[in-house]
Amino acid sequence: MTVNDTAIEVTGITKSYGDQPVLRSLDLTVPAGTVYALLGPNGAGKTTTVRILSTLVSAGAGDARVAGYDVRTAPDGVRRAIGVTGQFSAIDELLTGRENLRLMADLAHLRASEAGARVDELLARFGLAEAADRRAATYSGGMKRRLDLAMTLVSRPRVIFLDEPTTGLDPRSRRDLWQIVRELVEDGVTILLTTQYLEEADRLAHTVGLLDGGRLVAEGTPAELKARAGGETLDDVFLALTGHAATTDDENETETLR
Amino acid sequence: MTTMTISLTEGARDSATLLRRNLKHLVRYPSLTLTIIGMPVVFLLLFVFVFGGTMGAGLPGGSATAHPRADYLHYITPAILVMTVVSVANSTAILVAKDSTEGIIDRFRTLPIARSAPLTGHVLAAMAQTVLGLLVVLAIALALGYRSSASLAGWAGAAGMLLLMGWAVTWLCVALGLASGSVEAASNAPMPLILLPFLSSAFVPTDSMPTGLAWIAEHQPFTPIIETLRACLEGSDPGSDAWWAIGWCVLVTVLCFRWASRLFGQVGKG
Repeated sequence: MTVNDTAIEVTGITKSYGDQPVLRSLDLTVPAGTVYALLGPNGAGKTTTVRILSTLVSAGAGDARVAGYDVRTAPDGVRRAIGVTGQFSAIDELLTGRENLRLMADLAHLRASEAGARVDELLARFGLAEAADRRAATYSGGMKRRLDLAMTLVSRPRVIFLDEPTTGLDPRSRRDLWQIVRELVEDGVTILLTTQYLEEADRLAHTVGLLDGGRLVAEGTPAELKARAGGETLDDVFLALTGHAATTDDENETETLR
Repeated sequence: MTTMTISLTEGARDSATLLRRNLKHLVRYPSLTLTIIGMPVVFLLLFVFVFGGTMGAGLPGGSATAHPRADYLHYITPAILVMTVVSVANSTAILVAKDSTEGIIDRFRTLPIARSAPLTGHVLAAMAQTVLGLLVVLAIALALGYRSSASLAGWAGAAGMLLLMGWAVTWLCVALGLASGSVEAASNAPMPLILLPFLSSAFVPTDSMPTGLAWIAEHQPFTPIIETLRACLEGSDPGSDAWWAIGWCVLVTVLCFRWASRLFGQVGKG
């Protein structure tokens, strides 16, 4: 297993829904301990990529390995290594924050003493200690997102998928989440995140992949991409490398990308 | 690296963890349990006090009896017990659909746990609720004057029949909940399951129905189930009805367990 160098390796994966191709031969390599940002508008195939890599859907063709395990033939190996925070809240609102975390600890088969300590540690780290015994339904949007991410971390995953982790968050919650991502990387975790926010990719990622129409149209460090496009911002990069602006096709999207 | 398969012991442990989650939901959302158990209780009162006088007189040999209402209570108590089981199962479809739409099922799907554990957790919680519901309904029937001449073995047989049927219809409702895609659709999907007992020997003898309907009633699963319950509670031998009832329950359980597991294993939307 080459966990020390490559955490995620994707070769030629495709995916269609009906006759609508979503991914057209995607290749992707993420070195361990780095942050890779998949950047693109809605419909580019970001969420589908995350769902394939986290064993939620199978690819049409191609190979994908996560933490050394093939997502198709060894999904439980992949599941033991990963944590996923999706676009939509995956917390149990009828349970308290503490109970949500304990549920994850029990499902990760932590020993009772270890589980209690891990839950307390995460509650403190994510600023949820005071609200720990309140039902999650009463939490604010930012608290719910933090709880969601804390639940993902209970089992100490080595590879974490964050699908649009800051969509809908206020600026302060967004900065808090960015800080958490940086701390995780310091601990040696590999992160694949998807985002529509160019600034987010710029701030967090070692490598940025521009996904457009189910293809990776450009890849590099934020600085490299800027140099190639001759622009200052990733907005310029997107325009230069795809021939169109990184606008979203979702009419419900409230935050425009300029 | 540890083994990459999930053992039976781990599967049982995960199911128990998720059962605890579902039981907490039931405790924190008591109005749901009240509604579920309230439905068969209302049916019992309605059928005994509103329809019972007339219906009891219409039972075979009923016109000669001095107590048609008491006779009808005796006739439909097994049917109301079956309605209780169906009512709990029905709510499970809603709870499973609610889980699916809220994204937490996707979280469970990305964990290294037995694929069926989240569903088994729902079914076990429903069984706990079923036992509670059956005790409440039976207590009310006894308070209204229901008496059984069954031996301990008869009661055990009746309990076994009800739980086996509960297991079958709950797995059916889990599959319906997963297949329906929304909470609204999931609340309607099990409707045939609520209507089907009416087209059986549950509330009236099948020979009082028109020929075609009687044929359907005699050949659908609820009739042998109800007749087995009646026989057990009257202390008589259910005969071939018991085998038909057990056969139907096992068949529905196996098919619906596989259907639900397949629906849970695959995910539609990207």
